[in-house]
Amino acid sequence: MELFLAIFTDYTLRNVALGAALLGLVGGVLGSFATLRRQSLLGDVLAHASLPGICLAFLLTGVKAPLVLLLGAGAVGWLASLLMLAILRTTRLPEDSALGVILSSFFGFGIGLLTFIQHSRNSNQAGLDKFIFGQAATIVGEDVATMALLGGVALLLVGLLYKEFKLISFDPAYAASLGLPVRGLGTLLTSLTVVAVMIGLQTVGVVLMAAMLIAPAAAARQWTNRLSSMIWLSAGFGVLSGLLGALISATRENLPTGPLVVLTASLISLFSLLLAPERGLVWDWQRTRANRRRIRLERLLLDAHVLHNHAELTPLSLAQRRRSTPARAKAELEELAAQGWVVQRNDHWELSERGHAEAHRLEQAMRVLPKTLGPLVGGGMGGAS
Amino acid sequence: MSADVIIILTAILVSTASALLGSFLVLRRMALMSDAISHAVLPGIVLAFWVSGGERATAVALLGAAAAGLLTVTLVEWLSRTNRIKNDAAIGLVFPALFSLGVLAVSLYFRNVHLDLDAVLYGEIAYAPFNTLEAFGLNLGPESLWIMGTLALLNLLFVLLFYKELKLSTFDAGLAAALGFAPGALHYALMSLVSLTAVGAFQSVGAILIVAFLIIPPATAYLLTQRLPVMIGLAVLVGAVSSVAGYVLAILLDASIAGMMATVAGLLFALAWLFSPVDGVIPARSRRARQQREFAARLLLAHLAHHDRPVPVREVLEEFGWSPAFLAQAQQWAQREGLIAGDPHGLRLTARGAVLAGERP
Repeated sequence: MELFLAIFTDYTLRNVALGAALLGLVGGVLGSFATLRRQSLLGDVLAHASLPGICLAFLLTGVKAPLVLLLGAGAVGWLASLLMLAILRTTRLPEDSALGVILSSFFGFGIGLLTFIQHSRNSNQAGLDKFIFGQAATIVGEDVATMALLGGVALLLVGLLYKEFKLISFDPAYAASLGLPVRGLGTLLTSLTVVAVMIGLQTVGVVLMAAMLIAPAAAARQWTNRLSSMIWLSAGFGVLSGLLGALISATRENLPTGPLVVLTASLISLFSLLLAPERGLVWDWQRTRANRRRIRLERLLLDAHVLHNHAELTPLSLAQRRRSTPARAKAELEELAAQGWVVQRNDHWELSERGHAEAHRLEQAMRVLPKTLGPLVGGGMGGAS
Repeated sequence: MSADVIIILTAILVSTASALLGSFLVLRRMALMSDAISHAVLPGIVLAFWVSGGERATAVALLGAAAAGLLTVTLVEWLSRTNRIKNDAAIGLVFPALFSLGVLAVSLYFRNVHLDLDAVLYGEIAYAPFNTLEAFGLNLGPESLWIMGTLALLNLLFVLLFYKELKLSTFDAGLAAALGFAPGALHYALMSLVSLTAVGAFQSVGAILIVAFLIIPPATAYLLTQRLPVMIGLAVLVGAVSSVAGYVLAILLDASIAGMMATVAGLLFALAWLFSPVDGVIPARSRRARQQREFAARLLLAHLAHHDRPVPVREVLEEFGWSPAFLAQAQQWAQREGLIAGDPHGLRLTARGAVLAGERP
């Protein structure tokens, strides 16, 4: 609690938390569209590709003002995305390979430039490499203002073009038939993703940026089937991971903020994947287990029913019929007894009233299909002839 | 051996080992899985260093690190099989989480020790000549050469021995399964080797740039040919050329060696994209222009065949709605082929042109 209050009093922590939360907000919103359009990893590529942009901006202007570096990053990231689309349009290369080529060659070039700057006698260069893994502790009030400005513009555009973006995410062919400029809108959405990347560079850096676009959106997707609620949830999860990550990193020395924000977001996704209502995997596993158990018990009951009617129901006879051991069959009979379907009388077992009724119901259910289909098919034939 | 030769040789071994496997990754559309693997081995490597006392990682510990790569593959495949998230999102969910764990561990426990974040990023291939392997009191030469040489050999053997199976399961997984070639086992074998290669190359080129060696040369080769053996050979060649040229460039500019190698590989890819005879942008464009010109010339022949007298240029332009420049191109081609001739009154067919125009297709 004390730590939480420190957000309002501690200058550094406040900036870090605000920066991380802003990133979560914008990344969550734009990530929702990116994952729906199957462009999750485009964010990863854009982020990696923006590294040479930072270096080039520094080399060309010689200043380290965040806005200048971020604009350089954005410009080169944007260029990389256009280049990628051009490669996809003009070659047979699979999409993932094109992504991999752009990502690694731009990043390699960025590393080359970075080391070139570091090794040249420029004393002003220190700190450029903080964009690789992010260095949230260096965020100052001015940076937060820059991020807020960029994020505000991006979110405003999403708000204004929400209907259009929704349509091109779900049904681009229909959008095109309505006369919407689908390609232009797609490029705009990608460009806004570039803006989200720019916001994230100082906090989580180029390498981990992908997670801030993917994890909140993937988590939100598990809780709802509606785009509008998904975006709100995704933004909420993003802000939550940003704040929590910033707070946890403030508890100890040497705890980098970026990885913690990403890990928080990943944990939220994991939690959602496992436990979200309806889609949660845990419920799925439970359902499967319950179904398996029910089917097993029903088969057991039918076997017991047959033995009861035509022979004698004992662990031995049940074991013979089911090709198992008497000990196992005895345990199975006890399971049936727990359901109230059989009762033990001295050395043999009998189906109870309820057991008979249940077995009868199961037999009927199994016959249901041919019986109802029979006259229906016959009637259909009669009508045709 | 001089230091330069050792560094270049290490780089060529890294690129060869990578290109052999990368060719199949590109064809199987698993390029980004290698990205995920290379990031995810970081926590494994950190753990390996930690287990072996933080000085030098032992071979067994590094095998453990490769297991982290396989864990990623399994996790991603499991996640996308649950149908809760799509495959690409699953990749993007798993590897940043694992990489974050790695970065966290490095910054907490390995500050300024043998493993630092710069090494994670672009490796220490420049130190390759100084880390020598010693056994039985003998100096066996640079460790990186031994590691990467073994890996390159292993990958080469794998590709040679299972070439038929790899080819079949890459191009028709269903048929491979039906014929009993166990494409699943082959898939995990391939992924294991990718993980091993990523761990082995980690020291030389870092966790992220290994992707450049795995993907860019095979993708470049993919643009240059449509035959698998040629593609693999070209990929190895492109990797080797990037290694040598990248090293020279890095020395000239005093920049990261691995970074410049990736840059050169990217440039070679761009060259292949623009100029590849198979479907390079510029050859395709000029081919299209030539076809357009020839088609126009044939239209022109057919048109002239309907007239007994020479047709004035102005009439042709009106008829087809062509620009004068475009007509000039078509006319030039037809004249060079001896199909039409200029006349003071306009254009007319030559004897050869008349024959061609009269032919039924």
